[in-house]
Amino acid sequence: MKKAKTLGLIIALAAFVGGWQLGTNLNEAPQITSSVGGASYSGGAETNSADRVNTALPERIATGQTLTVNPGDSIQAAVEAAQPGDTIQVMPGIYSETVYIDKDDIHLVGVIEAGERATLDGLGKLNDAILYSGNNILIANFKITRYKGNGIMSQAGNNFEIRNNIIIDTGIYGIFPQLGVNGLIEHNIVSGIADAAIYVGMSDNIHVAHNEVFDSVAGIEIENSRHAIVENNYVHNNTGGILAFITPGLPIKTTFDVIIRNNFILDNNIPNFAAPGSTVAGIPSGTGILVMAADDVIIEGNIIVNHKVAGILINDHGNAPGLTLDPDVDPNADRVMILDNVMHNNGYDTIDEVRAFALTELHTGDIDIFQIGPSQDSCIINRHRYNHVGLGDFAECDFSNTDSTHSYLLAGGAKPRVIASEERGEIAYMGICAGCHAYDDVLIGPSISDIQAMYAGNAEAIVSYINAPVKIRADYPDMPAQNYLDAETQLAVAEYLLNIPLGQSQH
Amino acid sequence: MALLLSTISRANLIKQVYLPLLLSTLLFCSAAVADTIESPPLETTATITLSERCPPSFMLDDNNQCSLRNLYQLYNSLGNHGIGGLKTALPAHRDGFSPQQIDLGRLLFFDPVLSADQSVSCASCHNPSQGFSDGLGRSVGIHGQQGSRSAPSLWNSTFIKDFFWDARAQSLEEQALSPLFSPQEMGSNPTQLLSSLESVEAYPRLFKQAFPNSKNLNLDQIATALAAFQSSLISLNSRYDQYAHGYADALNKQEVEGLNIFRSFVARCSQCHMPPLFTNQQIAVIGTPEPECMARDIGAEKTFGSAKLKGGFKVPSLRNIAETAPYMHSGRFETLREVAEFYSGGRGHAVPEGEDLLLHWHISEPNLTGDELDRLVDFMGTLSDSSLLPIIPQSVPSGLNAISKKASSDKNISESDHEKS
Repeated sequence: MKKAKTLGLIIALAAFVGGWQLGTNLNEAPQITSSVGGASYSGGAETNSADRVNTALPERIATGQTLTVNPGDSIQAAVEAAQPGDTIQVMPGIYSETVYIDKDDIHLVGVIEAGERATLDGLGKLNDAILYSGNNILIANFKITRYKGNGIMSQAGNNFEIRNNIIIDTGIYGIFPQLGVNGLIEHNIVSGIADAAIYVGMSDNIHVAHNEVFDSVAGIEIENSRHAIVENNYVHNNTGGILAFITPGLPIKTTFDVIIRNNFILDNNIPNFAAPGSTVAGIPSGTGILVMAADDVIIEGNIIVNHKVAGILINDHGNAPGLTLDPDVDPNADRVMILDNVMHNNGYDTIDEVRAFALTELHTGDIDIFQIGPSQDSCIINRHRYNHVGLGDFAECDFSNTDSTHSYLLAGGAKPRVIASEERGEIAYMGICAGCHAYDDVLIGPSISDIQAMYAGNAEAIVSYINAPVKIRADYPDMPAQNYLDAETQLAVAEYLLNIPLGQSQH
Repeated sequence: MALLLSTISRANLIKQVYLPLLLSTLLFCSAAVADTIESPPLETTATITLSERCPPSFMLDDNNQCSLRNLYQLYNSLGNHGIGGLKTALPAHRDGFSPQQIDLGRLLFFDPVLSADQSVSCASCHNPSQGFSDGLGRSVGIHGQQGSRSAPSLWNSTFIKDFFWDARAQSLEEQALSPLFSPQEMGSNPTQLLSSLESVEAYPRLFKQAFPNSKNLNLDQIATALAAFQSSLISLNSRYDQYAHGYADALNKQEVEGLNIFRSFVARCSQCHMPPLFTNQQIAVIGTPEPECMARDIGAEKTFGSAKLKGGFKVPSLRNIAETAPYMHSGRFETLREVAEFYSGGRGHAVPEGEDLLLHWHISEPNLTGDELDRLVDFMGTLSDSSLLPIIPQSVPSGLNAISKKASSDKNISESDHEKS
């Protein structure tokens, strides 16, 4: 109720002001900018200038084996048997399981024979098809259908590629990498998804290219993420096409440095069938591109045709009343940059809120570009080509293309933390052993000086003891096995505790 | 030793003390709870000295400061936010306190002399043997007064950035003094607190040890010492952690199923309870019911001055969650199974008709099966670890009972067990 009143007030004021300005803006010659040649965008992540990086997978950790999975076998069993560096080939057939990969450098690849794919079928009962939380993961060539949750999702895997999968009717998200750095999502066909077909959440350095997404609420969503390029995708018959968002209330608070270019964005007018309360439930049916609160978003070279509400909709959180409060988020979409796009037949049957605000600028009829809310340092070229509302504060861009930005993928991939052996030993000793052992007196287990005397520099003997402790001292409690530590850490901690000098022993 | 020997009497304790207590609150919705336990006789404390060692998981540096070491320091996290998946670094933490400050904080933490009537210590509501909570839905302060919220666990509070259920404090120090001066909790005031501590023979000497450059015992020192002790409570060696570091056999089949449900996008637990701390440290409005006879607690609405956050509370860490029943901000649910059922029951199903809450977008309607709910409970049980439980002082400087009133259990390691020869 309150909102409607405010809008009404704005309209009344604008009609008054607009009335006497009307005569002065007619027949002003448009500023025409060629996007061929000319200055190229140079404000993105530093990763763009050096190499033309086309892959997100670094060299393999080890020369691995190839494991083959046949129909009737379990893919998960192969994952459990696999070592980093291995490739798992899944032969065509139906597999009904949830596959989870909690190790690094596994390539999970379906084999396609004469069009027949390895098919993960959730039967409408299973939650997710593929989950992973390892680095350097490849998921390719699968068909995934009838899962309730996600087709392919990750939590914190860096350096991933998700390629050439067909994902049909799998619930909430088709492809959902979250909290990952450096990922490539390309050549997938995703449809029938109740939220976003491809959803990049809280991630950095992402490339989404050559995918077809349709019959979903959102086509491609870049949310609370940075350094992302969405290009050459075919995005059609969704509720909203491509979104660059900040969702408030998430632990990572920004979206910036996003390029949306050379996509075909057509006919995204299907009714919104998202779950009530979900963030995308607020997307107006008939939106080509939606930019909400994200900064440094460049929209270039897209074909954006046939959208009821608007071709490009840009808004701040202040104009999205259903969202929660987050004082740590900048609610405005700043530095939005609109270069040349082909736009046609948009905003022909828009929603009341958009129509009402358009009237404040005395605009009626089609709307290619609609912007509402504060937006600092935004720009556009060749604005005269479009039906637009709310671009009064947009300057002329001082560049006309993004040709010098090939991708934001990282050459050689995101690097793991490198830990020197001594530091590794210290971390494990302090974090685990020190709970029971002190240098020169007895806490729960024997003192380190006793252990040093007993093992006399033999780290390997300590490693074998901590893997399978046996009772040595009758009056001490049993030591729990430390076999969960990897071999490198076990040796590091054994060497560390053999070399603790007295002065540094006081943890 | 005591750590390994101890399970029976905790169950007995719950039966004998807490169940009647809970029943009385449920039946009568009364705020008064009788305090039937008498104060112990005074002991001599002249021999108490402060440790020169850092607690486990902390390394002493050349400046006499303790700095944290844990296995998650082997990893990175995106943007150093400390959220992600299995091999992800933890959020930023507090350390750099001296061993003496931490140890003084430990003595203060267990000393009822900090409360107005010397009946309640910090450990009364944050009992180490109960996951640093108290087994109550709503905690009880001096004079048997029942508060409106449950005592949060203090494990891993070094990684927490906002404190209290409604996120109204931004540091451990700011948090530490508030319960001391709250009339419903420990009921003291600055003047009384300082004079109580100064009148205990050992404290001026111990404060001088912990804060050698200060002249007088003051409130900042109390806050620093309590913050120092709380920052030392590290629980990162659970079976889940072993799995996360790469040991697949650390969890059994049912627990792994639980992990996969936990992180699936049907249940969505891990979207807010994000590894490795199992919280994203945000505010969420989820619409759990209050106990009978209690009005809606507006929670973070007050902190942030926005009705959009009405009924919103900090997402708590789930580490050691199996040890801290009952659950939610006011203890409405007795078991983790009930909590899981709540999330599965449909968006807003427990919000009264006509009440306007802006529920979190991840509150959906997952319709988990009974087996799936059981597996979630199995998984949450793998987040327990008290291997680095601090030593409970056998006596505190005031000579009062270190674990006062309701807080005593032989699960704790006491100094007598510890000093074996």
